[in-house]
Amino acid sequence: MSTATNGGRGSMLGGASDGGAAPAADRALLPSAEPVQLVDPDGQHNHDDRYPLPDGEQLLGAFGRLVAGRRINDQANALVRQGRMAVYPSSHGQEACQVAAAVVLGNEDWLFPTYRDTVAVITRGVDPLQVLTLLRGDWHGGYDPHEHRVATQATPLATQLLHAVGVAHAAKLRGEPTVVLAMCGDGATSEGDFHEALNFAAVFHVPVVFFIQNNEFAISVPLKNQTVAPSLAHKAIGYGMPGERVDGNDLAALLAVLGAAVDRARDGGGPSLIEAHTYRMQAHTNADDATRYRSADDVERWVPRDPILRMRTYLRALNLLTDEGERAFADEADAIAAAIRKGLNTEVEVNPAELFEYVYTEKTSQLREQAEQLREELARDAGAGAAPDAPADGAGDEGDQP
Amino acid sequence: MTQTTEAPIADRADRAGSTPAPRAGATSTFAKALNAALADAMEADPAVLMFGEDVGTLGGVFRITDGLTARFGEERCFDTPLAEAGIMGMAVGMAMNGMKPVVEMQFDAFAYPAFEQVVSHVAKMPNRTRGKVRLPIVIRIPYAGGIGGVEHHCDSSEAYYAHTPGLTVLAPATVRDAYFMLREAIASPDPVVFLEPKKLYWSKEEVDLAELRRTFDEGEAPRRIGRAVVARQGTDATLISYGPSVPTALGAAAAAAEEGRSIEVIDLRSIVPFDDETVCESVRRTGRAVVVAEAPGFASVASEIVARVQERCFHSLAAPVLRVTGFDIPYPSPKLEHFYLPSVDRILDAVDDLQWED
Repeated sequence: MSTATNGGRGSMLGGASDGGAAPAADRALLPSAEPVQLVDPDGQHNHDDRYPLPDGEQLLGAFGRLVAGRRINDQANALVRQGRMAVYPSSHGQEACQVAAAVVLGNEDWLFPTYRDTVAVITRGVDPLQVLTLLRGDWHGGYDPHEHRVATQATPLATQLLHAVGVAHAAKLRGEPTVVLAMCGDGATSEGDFHEALNFAAVFHVPVVFFIQNNEFAISVPLKNQTVAPSLAHKAIGYGMPGERVDGNDLAALLAVLGAAVDRARDGGGPSLIEAHTYRMQAHTNADDATRYRSADDVERWVPRDPILRMRTYLRALNLLTDEGERAFADEADAIAAAIRKGLNTEVEVNPAELFEYVYTEKTSQLREQAEQLREELARDAGAGAAPDAPADGAGDEGDQP
Repeated sequence: MTQTTEAPIADRADRAGSTPAPRAGATSTFAKALNAALADAMEADPAVLMFGEDVGTLGGVFRITDGLTARFGEERCFDTPLAEAGIMGMAVGMAMNGMKPVVEMQFDAFAYPAFEQVVSHVAKMPNRTRGKVRLPIVIRIPYAGGIGGVEHHCDSSEAYYAHTPGLTVLAPATVRDAYFMLREAIASPDPVVFLEPKKLYWSKEEVDLAELRRTFDEGEAPRRIGRAVVARQGTDATLISYGPSVPTALGAAAAAAEEGRSIEVIDLRSIVPFDDETVCESVRRTGRAVVVAEAPGFASVASEIVARVQERCFHSLAAPVLRVTGFDIPYPSPKLEHFYLPSVDRILDAVDDLQWED
């Protein structure tokens, strides 16, 4: 997808190297002093020797996903307020990261998202209603991970990064060209599993792109309380992989940097760590009150850096985006939102018998008994109607109770 | 009292029959049987991988993986960085992507860093995905005490795993079961916590590993997951045990026989799924039961067994079901562990307390 790679570690050369004692090979692993930016907040192209600007078609297509992503976030928030979903961790303001993470991958690749990465999962092609099953509360997961090669959205922090390493490792052992992109947030970089995942990936030299969305907050805790490292991307050098920093609200830079990292991994270059600098514009979830730990002014400062705003300016200036094109993207986004609304406003019948179905491949005798107990309770509660049929697999040991 | 059947543990009959006859003179240790099971499983299925700490060149600190790297290559049996959560998390991803990982946690008490991966992902992934993602992972854990290990080398951690829905928890007690149960665990589509009693690693039985292999590969080995077995028949009381406690229980039954008491011994083999049927059939017949396990008794697998037996066999019981377990203390230091571990005498005392009239 991206052309910005030479397949080797040199593609991630540090920008303003401070030289000193570190050998050149080690310095090459360091991220650039400033995040890579290809389109600035005013919509102007920012030239970068290392990362050519993605072509107009690619940017336009991704911009359409960006517009849809924002609409999905807004719609989901509204549905929580209406009581149609239990909770929604919004990626409002981070949609460029969401879209880029999904579109740089090929069909043979895997995406490992977190709970905040709903837009990335939908952008990858998973049915929004299946994605929102988790947050709606019908079941702990709603889609088949194998269908679109998207892992379940991870709620525990950083645990999924190790799963990503395992998927990549298995693919490598079989000689498959799969690349795995694994997402996490800034808070997750403090977890042990983050470090173990990076180390395992580097030691086994597997094709994983670790992608941190640094949105500056882990619920209420700001980044300065997570780490005193120069940047999160700097952590890469400790594991012997390259790190890179990118403007997380710059769709063009994200496509270029992530694309290069994916290409590099696919070419046998091993893992890398990308830190995107972005901002969580809304509260952690609808259950959070962000005014307790940050001011409106803090948030306000990020409004002009909005990822949609700048890409729109850029594309309009080049006449790649027209009124007609904008309308088409808006209509498309509305259609997705309408489908989500319709789906979530339709009651889904949950089936309590299903509680026992997937704990083991074959129900244990204990689970058969418990399923039967619940079935009997429900039959009793249902009143004097005909008793439901006995389950096919029987009721298990009856014991000798009186 | 009825005379007990003196069945040596190696020769006891499997419920479903088909116990292969050993070649005259062929013997194997428990450790060698596990090693053979791993090698045979890797031979049978290229998706089976073995990894962990020191399992490659060294062959594992207990030598259970001895020779596997030489035979199958570093891609099939390999050392990982020293990080248990990493090992477990990588196994999850590998299993998601078509592999059948067998991982070794070097010691029971060194497995705890992996606990989040085990509880939150290994155990829950199939349920979370409505069965779309199965995780055929085997977590091998050198387990329990009796070897004079220093601190953090001898925990009985089965209750943590048994309490977690989604995990199969196995603990073999014989050489033959060690082989068949590890093969069955690796073949299982569900994640298995495979507890290997350390003190039994060097125990020996007359058993022909080539014959066991043939038996398993031809589908003739009776199922052991979820199936307890009567390790010794008896009529007066039932000892219910698993893993390292089975030989101790058998020793107690032999001693009791000399005193004229016929004690049945049940080897659970499978803690989860639990075989209520075999246990309850025995207890209803004998009317008395003692559960024997090394782990601290409070909130333990032994507690669960007592509860189940009393719920199901109440009207057949002549006495409360008792427990002989470890004390509710951190696992003791080498010179003190024999005070802690269930012993033949402690089991016989419990049997004596089963309200015998006359």
